[in-house]
Amino acid sequence: MAQDMSPTAPRLEEHWRRTRALMWTMLALWFFFSFIIHFFVVSLNQIVVLGFPFGFYMAAQGSLIAFVILLFWFAYRQNRIDEECGVDEQ
Amino acid sequence: MATKGGFVENLGKIYGIYTGGFIGFVILMAILEQLGVPDRAIGYMFIGFTIAIYALIGIISRTTEISEYYVAGRRVPAIYNGMATGADWMSAASFISMAGSLYVLGYDGLGYVLGWTGGYVLVAILLAPYLRKFGIYTVPDFLGTRYEGHLPRLLGIVVLFCASFTYIVAQIVGVGIVTSRFLQIPFGAAVFVGLAGILVCSMLGGMRAVTWTQVAQYIILIIAYILPVAILSAQLYGVPIPQLTYGQALQQISELEQTLGVANAHVAPFVNLDSLNFFALILCLMIGTASLPHILMRYFTTPTVRDARKSVAWSLFFIFLLYFTAPAYAAFAKLEIYQAVIGQSIADLPVWVANWGTVGLVTICDAVDAGATIANCVRSNVPINGNGDGILQLSEFVIHPDAIVLATPEIAGLPYVIAGLVAAGGLAAALSTADGLLLAIANALSHDVYYQMIDPKASTTRRLTVARVLLVVVALVGAYSASFQPAVIVSMVAWAFSLAAAGLFVPLVLGIWWKRTTKAGACAGMIAGFMVCLVYLVGTQFGGMELWFGVRNISSALFGLPAAFVVTIVVSLMTKAPSKEMQDLVDSVRIPRGAMPALAAKAIQHDPALR
Repeated sequence: MAQDMSPTAPRLEEHWRRTRALMWTMLALWFFFSFIIHFFVVSLNQIVVLGFPFGFYMAAQGSLIAFVILLFWFAYRQNRIDEECGVDEQ
Repeated sequence: MATKGGFVENLGKIYGIYTGGFIGFVILMAILEQLGVPDRAIGYMFIGFTIAIYALIGIISRTTEISEYYVAGRRVPAIYNGMATGADWMSAASFISMAGSLYVLGYDGLGYVLGWTGGYVLVAILLAPYLRKFGIYTVPDFLGTRYEGHLPRLLGIVVLFCASFTYIVAQIVGVGIVTSRFLQIPFGAAVFVGLAGILVCSMLGGMRAVTWTQVAQYIILIIAYILPVAILSAQLYGVPIPQLTYGQALQQISELEQTLGVANAHVAPFVNLDSLNFFALILCLMIGTASLPHILMRYFTTPTVRDARKSVAWSLFFIFLLYFTAPAYAAFAKLEIYQAVIGQSIADLPVWVANWGTVGLVTICDAVDAGATIANCVRSNVPINGNGDGILQLSEFVIHPDAIVLATPEIAGLPYVIAGLVAAGGLAAALSTADGLLLAIANALSHDVYYQMIDPKASTTRRLTVARVLLVVVALVGAYSASFQPAVIVSMVAWAFSLAAAGLFVPLVLGIWWKRTTKAGACAGMIAGFMVCLVYLVGTQFGGMELWFGVRNISSALFGLPAAFVVTIVVSLMTKAPSKEMQDLVDSVRIPRGAMPALAAKAIQHDPALR
């Protein structure tokens, strides 16, 4: 596909490359907070914060908070990518 | 159109007034209770008032436009779509039973909390924005358009139906339980009262009406869920933030566990589920979340692709508010039971124990032979025998998981009005989920089967008539099935996640992320994934099949998913690559800007918002 490289024209290849990179970053973070951190629950439970054993806390609240923050960050980042590559909705 | 635009712009004001009005109603009920109005009348007013509000919204939102009926005109702002998704997502089980499961399972129950939230990360990064750009009405619509044919569309409908129908029956059972308990009418009649509540929200206005009632239902359910436990937290620790204070409760619980000799600590992992099953459950619930059509279709309603992404983030935030509160309910209930119930003399038990005993949700029995004597027994429908020493031991006490949320207002010594509020919240949770599911099933039948496959020339009026008739038919069949209170179906709900994950996740994700996916590949993958899952479920549940590696059948997608991935990829590579037009179509789905090319036009021809 021939592409116009002027700054105003959509840069499709760059857009998809950066979108894919963001997707894999997000998947890795998702995997970390969904699984990896909870592999260590027994050791993390030794740490107690405000009465919460930390391993329990991560499954009950910590990972959930991480997911919410991740999603707002993702919406912001992907939107920036779209704008910078000229493919956002006008 | 001016009035509609005005409605969307004034949403903040409208729902602000609504929330204020609802709080005013709760205060009015509290005053009436003090004046001596009987509990039963308060229960009637709570259920009657909230259903009347939903009906009003449903009637105001009636529509005769196709795109309003299927996708709410695609003008639902991200934050409101987030609330609607929250209500859509959180069912009677989330509202009433989840805290109870956490009470019983301790740490291992958190697999549900994680599984039912983390899936939204997958929805946001892999699916929602692209499906929104596609400009479709239903999930099978995507399969039929991307894979060019009736077979993929039909397979999508089959998976959707299997995953959603058992789920909706369970929701109607939930509506029936709440309604019959608080109106004190028989369950069979309560189901049909609930059915009326479901239909008034959806029949006249389709997605548009369901969206605006779901926002209203979210507001009620979240107030009803957080208020009782916040008051309890303030009573116990002086701070009305239960999510922070239950850490102290956890400490007290672990001390009491040692005194009482409880073998399995509340915070100890992998006691009830081994670690393989814990992580398999999380994976299947998350991928199932990202595959359930009634959730995905909510993101078809936002004005832009950008809003679809933001809306997923808001959805998860609103869902998070309930899910991070549930473990607090479980901890406070456990503390109360260990402190004030276990080890006490039978004569001195708190009043709530006897109250919930009379409705069969709490069983205590200290008698040596529970079958022969009912002395010192509150309700012995669970056959347990005690030691007859006049003191309640842990083994002499059984509590139904549903009682944890329902009994909390009484544990905190709150007036009946709060119990009425909790009932209204449980009803809102069940009704909103039932509406979303009903729409997902009926729309697949009316749009995909009738319009796309049987009569593509049907007029708008005819399509809407068919859509409404099918909606009523599906609702009636669901209510009829629910009226038997089928235990099997309720336990099958958890299967919906594995079935949807194994059947739909792969064709949806690869359809967007891998251009090389072909029609044959997608069809073969759907069949393979779904069948592996179904055979494992039915075989292990009813056919005496051995569990593979000890994986419980609730996580059967652990086998179905790899099968779907492998078969889709292998068959796709063996068949001819999709046409240039289709590959260009996928390219245009990947960017927010621009219109969809002609191939997708068939799906969107009646949608003015996309032209």
